[in-house]
Amino acid sequence: MLTKRIIPCLDVKDGRTVKGVNFVDLRDAGDPVELADRYAKEGADELVFLDISATLEKRKTLVDLVKSVAEAVHIPFTVGGGISSVSDVKALLDAGADKVSVNSSAVKNPGLINELSNEFGSQCIVVAIDSRNVDGVDLVHTHGGTKPTELKTLEWAKEVEERGAGEILLTSMDHDGTKAGFAMELTKQLSETLSIPVIASGGGGTEQHFKDIFVGGKADAALAASIFHYKEVEIAHLKNELKKVNIPVRL
Amino acid sequence: MKVAIVKYNAGNIQSVKFALSRLGVEQPILTDDPEEIRSADKVIFPGQGEASTAMKSLNEAGLVAVLKNLNQPFLGVCLGMQLMCEYTEENNTKCIGIIPETVKKFNPSSDMKVPHMGWNNIYDLKSPIFSGVADEEYIYFVHSYYVPKCDHTIAECDYLLPFSAAIQKDNYFAVQAHPEKSADTGMKILENFLKL
Repeated sequence: MLTKRIIPCLDVKDGRTVKGVNFVDLRDAGDPVELADRYAKEGADELVFLDISATLEKRKTLVDLVKSVAEAVHIPFTVGGGISSVSDVKALLDAGADKVSVNSSAVKNPGLINELSNEFGSQCIVVAIDSRNVDGVDLVHTHGGTKPTELKTLEWAKEVEERGAGEILLTSMDHDGTKAGFAMELTKQLSETLSIPVIASGGGGTEQHFKDIFVGGKADAALAASIFHYKEVEIAHLKNELKKVNIPVRL
Repeated sequence: MKVAIVKYNAGNIQSVKFALSRLGVEQPILTDDPEEIRSADKVIFPGQGEASTAMKSLNEAGLVAVLKNLNQPFLGVCLGMQLMCEYTEENNTKCIGIIPETVKKFNPSSDMKVPHMGWNNIYDLKSPIFSGVADEEYIYFVHSYYVPKCDHTIAECDYLLPFSAAIQKDNYFAVQAHPEKSADTGMKILENFLKL
């Protein structure tokens, strides 16, 4: 049976793992390759690296990081952050990344999704959507969740699927960093509407939150960062707990 | 040991190379040269991408007949496995034809999405490449097309229906999942293949 996936996320800045609350106030969380290796050993099903380096210059170190990660771990991983062209994607896939995620650049130029999925296959194109509820409406935000757009989250999700996205990484900016639980309703809505997998992100703080998002939220995968970095939730323990309530996981 | 990885426009090569080097293969040769491929001890045929583009690339490189007439252990991975069949529904493409099967597309159901993406368990393992791999062990899949159960099936997996997780004909082996991305279980499968 296909299992639900637990995905630790590593925010990377200038080659180091960092973690902030609501995308600001960053603290150092260690060497990304070491962390990746630790997570793979603990039973993570996949990894996501989001590069938040400020300059293009520093982003180029990302390709080297991807190579080091691919050499050290043998589970799938996705790389995102500042990707806006076929050549960006080719460099990362050639270095050993399994998938790439695009976010702001896809909002700015939706045709990029078609272009990338035609070139590399939809299985390796993840579209990341940062969503925030504004006056009762879920709206897509870009640039690390700071800039609101007029796109409604569900409508945008449908569009990116039609354009060839293979997966959606849905981050609720309202929940991110709060450890108060994932965005249940929004995730469920996307997951039930779309026929591609949805990764829920933002707000996971306890094992119960993961149970909730897989059962009630219908997520295919759940992503979190700091709770795994700082071992507030241990991946192996979490997966055992999920198994006990008959949520299919790889042990 | 000389291990050749067939070079064509397929992704995912770097991870295969890293996995092989972890298993002690110093310098796998990424090549589209028929002689290099024929003289290798083992041949790995990776794959990721779209079938008709991949077949076009293999045809242009003159590799179809070469790959079809090898005698050493050969391992197709993911799209590589599908291209080893006769035909695929993906853009109605004629494939290499090593294994006389037609590759079909998954039809998504209301609660089962396509692509089949993630870790799933394999069972009914019938080949030395699964030596030391427990029944129901999990490996990592990403695909929208599948090889149906057939006489050549050496491992099964269930998603929407039971399908071939691996097939074999003579010296030709193939797995639908990505062993190079399937943690220890995947490494075991690659290690077993290298020992054939």
